[in-house]
Amino acid sequence: MFSFEPGTFLFEAWDARYQLMAGLAVTAQLSVLTIVSGSIAGMIGGIGLTYGPWPIRFLLRVYVDAVRGIPVLVLILFSYYGLALFGIQISAFTAGVVALGGFCAAHMSETVRGSLESIPAGQTEAAKAIGLRFGQRLRYVLLPQAIRRLLPPWVNTAVEMVKGTTLLSIIGVVELLLATQQTIARNYLILQFYFAAGMLYVLVNFTISQLGALLERRTAHLRY
Amino acid sequence: MTYQFNFDPVFRDFDKMLWGLGLGLYLAAIGLLIGCVIGLLVAYGRQSRITPLRWALWVYVETIRNCPILLLIFFVYFGLPEMGIYFLDKTESFILTLSIYAGAYLSEVFRSGLTSIPVRYVEAAKAIGLRPWQRQRYVVLPVMFRITLPALSNNLISLFKDTSLAAAIAIPELTFMTRQINANTFRVMESWLTASVLYLVTCYGIAWFLRRVERRYAVIR
Repeated sequence: MFSFEPGTFLFEAWDARYQLMAGLAVTAQLSVLTIVSGSIAGMIGGIGLTYGPWPIRFLLRVYVDAVRGIPVLVLILFSYYGLALFGIQISAFTAGVVALGGFCAAHMSETVRGSLESIPAGQTEAAKAIGLRFGQRLRYVLLPQAIRRLLPPWVNTAVEMVKGTTLLSIIGVVELLLATQQTIARNYLILQFYFAAGMLYVLVNFTISQLGALLERRTAHLRY
Repeated sequence: MTYQFNFDPVFRDFDKMLWGLGLGLYLAAIGLLIGCVIGLLVAYGRQSRITPLRWALWVYVETIRNCPILLLIFFVYFGLPEMGIYFLDKTESFILTLSIYAGAYLSEVFRSGLTSIPVRYVEAAKAIGLRPWQRQRYVVLPVMFRITLPALSNNLISLFKDTSLAAAIAIPELTFMTRQINANTFRVMESWLTASVLYLVTCYGIAWFLRRVERRYAVIR
């Protein structure tokens, strides 16, 4: 079973190691880029959704609800085919980051809004009473408490984003899934390679979830 | 930077898009139905006293939940024929994938639903002399379905959105049709805007309908 000859899984996997590792690296890059940009944008968006003046709230609401009601794949194809129309010469990679980042931002905004609104009004009132300005209220009172509630859904979103990067294989970004498919096209070991790639994703995502759970326990004391 | 909108070529194929939308809804509904059965069995199985069974089901749930659905779709579509299962056409193989996928997510929903049923309900059922399966059939399951209804509708909506991935194995649902129309007519903005609006309207339609159902069956505790 564990023979090392051409046509066996081990040999072919070793043969394709650089390709698969490059794919994994692209997946990692995509994930980090979308999660970081999406989280930052989502944080701002969430604060805007909660405390912004009504025109900003309205615009953000439209954006968030629209993005959440459209499948990610459609967003990706839309940005891939659509952005080129405006003379923006971008690669499939960038189009993918834009679409996934926008998707992540919408979900994060909603999460941030939810966790900010779940903080009792007494907290804000007390902060106002001791004379903190808006920025200070956010910095010292609201965000530290919101973070605690934010973590579980944030980790979920992060896992969803790692899983979502596979959709970019459809527009030709050679991430782990497409690299696997290219390898399969060469050696036809369909089951073994899909299984191996799947296990790799499970490993990465399971690690993220477990790290999230650890972080959650660490920040449990932040509750009031 | 100026773009001339011309929806005519897209609307000429509008019936195709609607057919694709219908197919997506059909796939999501079947997936949810089979997924519910799988999810229920797994949820009960994970309460069983047989430790290997519990472990096996835990592995199933965690694997499926952490695996990208696109990879699962390809694994089932291209991989099963390798194992001698070659009588599934692409729609059936997609439904199979979607059901397995939904089953893992729904089992978690049902598991939390089962644990959230007040013990006194079961005790009351025992007191009036219901047999174990009668307790499940007449007390636990109806209450659990009502409790989990909001989570179920969320799952249906996300399953419906996931049917867009069927385009990857050339199932003619909305995304696939839109891609074809886009390629044939080059009306990029128009075709994708139309598809987006169709998805949006359908998602919010489902959400609106299910919220009414939820209100109708809300559990008063």
